[in-house]
Amino acid sequence: MATESAAHLDTTHAQTHSLSEDPHHEHGGPKIYAAVLGGLLVLTIITVAASYVNFGTGNVIVALLIASIKGSLVALFFMHLRWDKPMSAIIFCVSLFFLALFLIGCYTDLIARPPTEPTNLKVTAPPNQLGPQGGQIAPSPGHGVPGAMSPSGGGPIIPGASPEGSYGGAAAGTNRPTPQVPQH
Amino acid sequence: MNQSLTTDVDVRGEHHLAHEAEHDSRLQHHFATFEQQFDAAKIGMWLFLATEVLLFGGLFVGFALQQAAHPLAFLEAHHHLDKRLGALNTVVLLFSSFTAVMAVWSAQHSRRKATTTYLLITLVCAAMFLVVKGFEYHHKFEEGLLPGMFYHHQGDTVPNQFIFYSFYFMMTGLHGIHVLAGMGAITWVLIRNLRGEFNSTYYSPVDLAALYWHLVDLIWIYLFPLLYLIT
Repeated sequence: MATESAAHLDTTHAQTHSLSEDPHHEHGGPKIYAAVLGGLLVLTIITVAASYVNFGTGNVIVALLIASIKGSLVALFFMHLRWDKPMSAIIFCVSLFFLALFLIGCYTDLIARPPTEPTNLKVTAPPNQLGPQGGQIAPSPGHGVPGAMSPSGGGPIIPGASPEGSYGGAAAGTNRPTPQVPQH
Repeated sequence: MNQSLTTDVDVRGEHHLAHEAEHDSRLQHHFATFEQQFDAAKIGMWLFLATEVLLFGGLFVGFALQQAAHPLAFLEAHHHLDKRLGALNTVVLLFSSFTAVMAVWSAQHSRRKATTTYLLITLVCAAMFLVVKGFEYHHKFEEGLLPGMFYHHQGDTVPNQFIFYSFYFMMTGLHGIHVLAGMGAITWVLIRNLRGEFNSTYYSPVDLAALYWHLVDLIWIYLFPLLYLIT
């Protein structure tokens, strides 16, 4: 499509050519867009390939970094932010700023909150959730022990959450492993 | 009103343009020029896109927090997703974003036929995305990998995987609705383009529909690694 013949300028276009539309003609263009698409596809291959390599916690960082590069390419070139009047970019960046605020606020809370054990926590077995073990609460070895099964969370109690759940993990911020449950 | 508008433009020596614009129904009467109308529409669209970012942002933050709470459950659950289908859909969406921006470029250059072609390719890609997504959903339904209380997958060794699928279906479902809405917008633009309403003077609807489509693409760029790849 890029090798199409020259633009067929209709009469309206000829008459209004000076009507401030001119700058748009200098922007972008099939070659740039095709190059951006190529870059996006290469980055997609890289991110899939990287998912087969184990970097530990680095996997998340690598994946999100590549996604952010791809997102920037789309926003800057496909969405014309690179050439637009600054207002568009300002609006977009403000929304990203508030999203970052939201995420950072939640994460600092997650890390800073000490583990709490609500005394009134009632756990009911969800139907057909995890079989016969679903209704039992395993003996709690006490909180702070890795693999502790006590629902010691200050986190939200989602309907349908199983008693084996480690909602306390969220509040404690320990990322402790979710306990194993025997198969049924 | 018209008098002042004409005078206004006269000062800048663009009287013939204003005169023509007065007779162009595509220029709303409360805008002086096409450029002003275009900029106003663009700001409105970006404000809408900002709300979309925050709409999905809530789900992304929820996903991040629950992932931190149930790392093993999320790790185990995401192995049920097919990376290859996810990657295929990523490629399809990226390509459709390219054709969308090419449609805008063609409209900017008054190439009506090229615009039609690119919009059609974009629509086909969107449909392909939904078909692949449909196959994935069907597979999950059959295995009982469903959100929340509907989860009944057998043979799990790690509990709480239903939380991952709550997010999976909520996020991809909301994204799928956006794909449908985008298809609607592109179809509308396509029909207007076939009527010959767009040229280098006026192509705002093409531009705005494409912006929406790029946002749908942008969200998938983050959804794909988060749901399918991260371990």
